[in-house]
Amino acid sequence: MNFLKTTTFLIAAGMAQPLLAQDVGGRIDIVVQPEPPSLMLGLVQNGPTQQVAGDIYESLLRYNTDLEPQPSLAKSWDISEDGLTYTFQLQEGVKWHDGEPFTSADVVFSADVFLRETHARLRSSLAYVASIEAPDDLTVVFKLREPFGPFIGIFEGGTMPMIPKHIYEGTDFANNEMNATPIGTGPFKFESWEKGSFIHLVKNEDYYLEGKPYLDEVYYRVIPDAASRAVAFETGEVDVLPGGSVENWDVPRLTEMENVCSTGKGWEFFAPHSWMWLNNREGAMADVRFRQAIMYAMDREFVRDVVWNGFGKVATGPVSSKTNFYSDDVTQYNYDPDKAKALLAEMEYDGTPIRLLPLPYGETWQRWAEAVRQNLSEVGIEVQIDATDVAGWNEKVAQWDYDMAFTYLYQYGDPALGVSRNYVESQIEKGSPWNNVEGYRNPELDAKWHTAAVSPNPDERTEIYAQIQKEIVDDVPVAWLLEIEFPTIYNCNVQDLVTTGTGISDGLRDAWIKQ
Amino acid sequence: MSFWKRFATNRGAVIGLIILLAVVTIAILAPVIYPGGPWKMVQRPFLVPFTNEALPLGTDTLGRNVAAGLVHGARVSLLVGLVSTVMALLIGVPLGALAGFYGGYVDEGAMRFTEFFQTIPNFALAIVLVAILQPTLGSITLAIAIVSWPPVARLVRAEVMSLKRREFVEAAHLAGLSNIRILVSEVLPNAVSPIIVMASLMVATAILLESSLSFLGLGDPNIMSWGYMIGAARTVIRSAWWLSFFPGLAILLTVLALNLIGEGLNDAFNPHLKKGRT
Repeated sequence: MNFLKTTTFLIAAGMAQPLLAQDVGGRIDIVVQPEPPSLMLGLVQNGPTQQVAGDIYESLLRYNTDLEPQPSLAKSWDISEDGLTYTFQLQEGVKWHDGEPFTSADVVFSADVFLRETHARLRSSLAYVASIEAPDDLTVVFKLREPFGPFIGIFEGGTMPMIPKHIYEGTDFANNEMNATPIGTGPFKFESWEKGSFIHLVKNEDYYLEGKPYLDEVYYRVIPDAASRAVAFETGEVDVLPGGSVENWDVPRLTEMENVCSTGKGWEFFAPHSWMWLNNREGAMADVRFRQAIMYAMDREFVRDVVWNGFGKVATGPVSSKTNFYSDDVTQYNYDPDKAKALLAEMEYDGTPIRLLPLPYGETWQRWAEAVRQNLSEVGIEVQIDATDVAGWNEKVAQWDYDMAFTYLYQYGDPALGVSRNYVESQIEKGSPWNNVEGYRNPELDAKWHTAAVSPNPDERTEIYAQIQKEIVDDVPVAWLLEIEFPTIYNCNVQDLVTTGTGISDGLRDAWIKQ
Repeated sequence: MSFWKRFATNRGAVIGLIILLAVVTIAILAPVIYPGGPWKMVQRPFLVPFTNEALPLGTDTLGRNVAAGLVHGARVSLLVGLVSTVMALLIGVPLGALAGFYGGYVDEGAMRFTEFFQTIPNFALAIVLVAILQPTLGSITLAIAIVSWPPVARLVRAEVMSLKRREFVEAAHLAGLSNIRILVSEVLPNAVSPIIVMASLMVATAILLESSLSFLGLGDPNIMSWGYMIGAARTVIRSAWWLSFFPGLAILLTVLALNLIGEGLNDAFNPHLKKGRT
């Protein structure tokens, strides 16, 4: 019971200096796929947005590949013994890109005002927060109502980006015209955005870390066609292919090229988990037997082997096996079309066609949707694939205008951060595609999710999460698909690209190019 | 010389007809040849053609039978080509006929309206229409019809304008026939042959348009078409040539056949032209 010790982290200047001297300067070209809808990280947190905006905005902490917190805008932090008070000391001399100083008032505004309004996922964590105060310009104190085990994990760039108070206070956040020219504290400044072509970021000369960043400029290249992206990499036009930006069947060919490196690291914090939203509210989808039938009808191993080239792992439930609280003691939905047919016959499914919304992230996802449609049609469920783009997908899912919709979401290292949001009733709210979009209601489990989140005892948490997984897997609120693995492919001259558990989302701070 | 004989003197036209009949037959028999449908995953993916007897054209990225895709895709291509052409004729023929027959303000109005469509590039307009209407088989057909009718209106107008001054039309006027009756029963029947020739070429163009839209990912995602097959294969074109080659060949042959037939029809309807040309 005494494991929550007072901990203070201080990083001495220069301690983190590697032995090799970094070359300064140069330009890096990175593919971003698809083109982000916006770069305002406080409003939009999907993958492509975070990939680009992660260089512009920062949060108080970063996380290494073991998911341990590291300094970012906070240079040190202190957690009280009772686990209720988190005190952060901010870096000195940090400036916003427009020259205004960054202070604790910005932190309070970001967390307590801006993100509380705009960021549903953070809001559920902030529900544990009683107060956020700034005793002086460089200190911020978060006081919790009750202990919240994963709290130290919410200070990541896409979870709690720091938003400039002097720009947003008192405005209509979603329609502020500054959203088009984001102002952050990060190592790179927004320069220009040629829609459909590239996003150009330039070095922040006033960055608070001496000498960083090393690169002069960054081009995030929008290349809508996967084959063209692969070619652009082969010809040297782009230096980095982030995970998921080329078709899986191109990965082996590209990684075998000369001077090409690849890494699977940089996804630990996210642990991308894919599933299909099943709209639990209406029609056949409201029947648990129908949802189970979908699970039995899908040949997920086939998809893993064929569509994903063997990368990834079949998901057994809501929690990724890469995180701590995973349990495999659940009903296993192996490919079993006969069982699916039996369930459909038992519920007297009337053959109403079901709409399926694929994820508009390229051919891989389109093929996957086609494979699922074929699987389901073989057990007698007629599926219509809806064509859509990214904006349309966001809109339809957020407004619950779908029957089934592909998605993959991040786990953020802890079920209380990245999993419960998709299953508890309090997260049913129109307008966000990342919350309990399927409309699953189970008050008993809601209580357990809560108990597990606030329990200060990891063993107890493990036990409760195991119970939750066992129960929820029988309910099939969503159709779990795969734990996805995305290799990052890059030119070997690019050094220190992936150094954190969030990979290239915040990797350019330390990256440099061997000249 | 009978119509058929004149048509048959053009070798190319006969070959075209044979190819087209073969494609039509295959399309009609598709559910019999491959009852499992084109989406069924039958074998390991990227199976090279001519290595497995049951799957002569190999398999695609998901292990689906390429031959089944071609056969079922033929239905879509022909259907879209035919229906959109009929729709385009239904818009273009009346409009052109009225404009040509009545002249004056009717002609002015109709032609400015036609020009409005003609000034926008066909394919760009089709893309916009499909993107707005959501890609379904119906909306794609409609979009193709909307971009293809202006030349029909132009052609019919010109034909009607030249026909309406002929003696038999004046005779009909003297006989006291109503304008509409003259237009429908005297003028239009004489303008049919160029319309038929044009229609056969329009079917070919429509097939190409549908394929191009599908290639760009603006096809109906629930329907296997040749354009979709090529579009889906382009990401693997360097490792699996056959995925784009066979559907491309199918499009080529069908469009070529339709063009040959169009030429044959032209020769058959206008025997004088043929003599003059050679």
